Amino acid sequence: MIKKSDIHIHIETKNLNVYYDNNYVLKNVNIEIPTKQLTAIIGPSGCGKTTLLKSFNRLLDLRDNIKTSGEILVDGENIFDSRVDVPDMRKKMGLLSQKPYPLPMSIYNNVAYGLRIHGKKNAKELDSAVKHYLQEAGLWNEVKDRLHDPASRLSVGQQQRLCLARAIAVEPEVVLCDEPTSALDPIAAQQIEKLLLKLKKEYTVVLVTHTLRQAKRLADHVVFLYFGKVVEQGPADEVFNNPKDPKTKAYIDGDIS
Amino acid sequence: MNKRKLRDFIGTKLMFTVTIFASLLFFAIFLILLYKSIFILETQSIAELLFSSLWNPEKGEFGLYPIIIGTILVTGISLIIAIPISLLSAVYIAEYAPGKIRRVIRPFLDVLAGVPSVVYGLCAFLFLVPLVKDVIAPWFGIESTGLCILTASVTLAIMVFPIIISLCVESFSAIPIELKEASLSVGATKWETVKKVIFRASAPSIISAVLLGFGRAFGETIAVNMVVGGIPRIPSSLLHPGQTLASLIASAYGEMMSVPLYESALMLVALILFVVVLLFNVLAVVVLRRAKRRWSY
Amino acid sequence: MNRRILEEKIFKILMLASVFIVMGSLVIIIGLVVFNGGSSLTIEMFTQTSGGGYYLGRGGGILNAILGSLFLALPATALACLIGLGIALYLQREFTHPRISAFIRLSLDILWGIPSIVYGIFCLMIMVFIGIGTSLLAGIIALTLLEIPIITRYMDESIKMVSIELKEGAYSLGSTKFETAVKVVRRQALPGIIAGVLLGLGRGIGDAASILFTAGFSDRIPGSLFDSTAALPTMIYHLYASPYPLVRQRAYAAAFILVVIVLSISIVSRALSKRYTKFVIR
Repeated sequence: MIKKSDIHIHIETKNLNVYYDNNYVLKNVNIEIPTKQLTAIIGPSGCGKTTLLKSFNRLLDLRDNIKTSGEILVDGENIFDSRVDVPDMRKKMGLLSQKPYPLPMSIYNNVAYGLRIHGKKNAKELDSAVKHYLQEAGLWNEVKDRLHDPASRLSVGQQQRLCLARAIAVEPEVVLCDEPTSALDPIAAQQIEKLLLKLKKEYTVVLVTHTLRQAKRLADHVVFLYFGKVVEQGPADEVFNNPKDPKTKAYIDGDIS
Repeated sequence: MNKRKLRDFIGTKLMFTVTIFASLLFFAIFLILLYKSIFILETQSIAELLFSSLWNPEKGEFGLYPIIIGTILVTGISLIIAIPISLLSAVYIAEYAPGKIRRVIRPFLDVLAGVPSVVYGLCAFLFLVPLVKDVIAPWFGIESTGLCILTASVTLAIMVFPIIISLCVESFSAIPIELKEASLSVGATKWETVKKVIFRASAPSIISAVLLGFGRAFGETIAVNMVVGGIPRIPSSLLHPGQTLASLIASAYGEMMSVPLYESALMLVALILFVVVLLFNVLAVVVLRRAKRRWSY
Repeated sequence: MNRRILEEKIFKILMLASVFIVMGSLVIIIGLVVFNGGSSLTIEMFTQTSGGGYYLGRGGGILNAILGSLFLALPATALACLIGLGIALYLQREFTHPRISAFIRLSLDILWGIPSIVYGIFCLMIMVFIGIGTSLLAGIIALTLLEIPIITRYMDESIKMVSIELKEGAYSLGSTKFETAVKVVRRQALPGIIAGVLLGLGRGIGDAASILFTAGFSDRIPGSLFDSTAALPTMIYHLYASPYPLVRQRAYAAAFILVVIVLSISIVSRALSKRYTKFVIR
């Protein structure tokens, strides 16, 4: 049992509102995400989980017709502040998306992509870094003989682990995972889950998931989102075993989905 | 039932006939142009025709070299102008511009892709030609009538803009947003994402857009004819007049029918146009197949 | 770090400059045509034909060119549409082996890329061979050939999109291949077909190089298929280099009329394909 005073808050939102094409997607969201723990954002599909996740590193900027208000504090700094260097801020937040999207280049270059951007040019250093992160992602043994093949030739499960290697290669502080196992077969999904458990020792992991069992297996901390509102948040065992809100209870019991 | 079967039979055969017709058209054009140019190829060698600089139809001299050089210059310069400008505009429209601006620009581009080339030629003749003559040429201290390689290239570049831009915008917008997100979330800037991910992922479309632009510039007849000057000599500068293959045919019509050898020479020019288009299309197929394999996402 | 942000800024400026160049040049063209052309439009242009003095600045109109353009482009488009539809339907899997259809598609792409002047000179050869010479008929044939690849490729793209399930539905009702192609597939692909036909019409009506030799030029409205005829693009080509400013203004006015026609075609095309989309099963 972790005592409340030991928990360090990594990401915090204050009155976060997001409108998308006149739809009120996130309503006054106030949440706290603890450092070096795995926080699961759960809730029925279409309730704004992905939107919330993508607002953490301002990927919503890419889309038209999105309006945001409120604050998101990462290490106490508001990321909407105009002085924030957005690429640098995003570098601290790795992303693992629903379906794997390897970049249109070789396996090697997928991992080296971020490293090169951040100034690592030396071939030897790159080689060893690529090897290291592919090992971290549990992919090295499968691809070491074909590092220069197009990444699109890997299986979906391998691609997802490659995306993970790519994300952690730039040494982020947070890993944002948007239902990373939803496109995978059970075995590949299990591999990713194991990796996530390993990752949370070093990184703050935020996991959006709509499978409750996955959240139960992995999460230390849970945020329950329902139609854009935070219904409940807290340590996983409390939320799962002793939900305070009747809606949370209904969701956990499978009455609403 | 019988009537229906009969109709099916006749209809299918009709469709078969027109399809054969279309495939034959391709060979028919090639063979007739070849047949007609044999006449001049018998009197002069192909090397002589391609590499001699003397173009005097009255004297029976048909050196196409200056015209080929003119074509390469006009097409090449127009693409050198058009490709970077179109690509950068396409990136801006697809990736940077707010939705409102995008919605205004895109139909505008469609419209401009449909403006007939003779209208481009007219505007170039009455606007660009005086501009080059009175402003640009004096800058360089060259006397020019304004009817020159540069004017033709700029005109062609403007004609090519809407083609390359709309194809590129389409393909940039078709790239899944997650791919851009993946690049941005390792800390890449937007431009780095464009340069390293978007350009790669849409490389096949960029290649075909550029080839389409090339085809338009290379084969354009009327607009070039109106502003290039029409003099079959190797231009000593870009501000001097020249001639292109397609434009030559348009200029020479009327005179050519009276001199059989002249007619045959122009058929050879048409054959060259045909063969180059053919080669580029085949090249495009090969390149695209490889590019698609290499840069799939 | 600084270098990267600098690069981003430089390229953003370059992009804005490029958009400015593109839009600027296009605005200039539209502006020139609308202001110069619109201001020198007269009623006579639509009611009178161009006599010999017209090119020297005397009175007259370009009715012969306007009608000539329509007489050339409309039949050509209709012909190309029929032929194109036949080819596009025939390229379906039920009729043609995929390898053969791939070859035909490639040859259509090449035909699309062939400069229109080559079509012009090719048709001229054929016409001279038959013994007709420059005529409305020759112009129509040249434009038909020019439009076939454009229209066919468009139709083909939209026919390819017709789902196999829809065709299976038609076949399981006992339709023949031809009935399925003409009644079901054609209707499903109608928006794309219309877009292709109108694109072909736009190309055909605006093209000068292919009709320069084939349709010839004439100051009269063509009375038969074997008369030469003027058309708007060739009219502009005849007027533009005149030393008389008034005549050059007439070239602008003709260009204005041509652009208005082409624009209306593209607007009609958008409206029609939107309208017919409602019959499409998704």
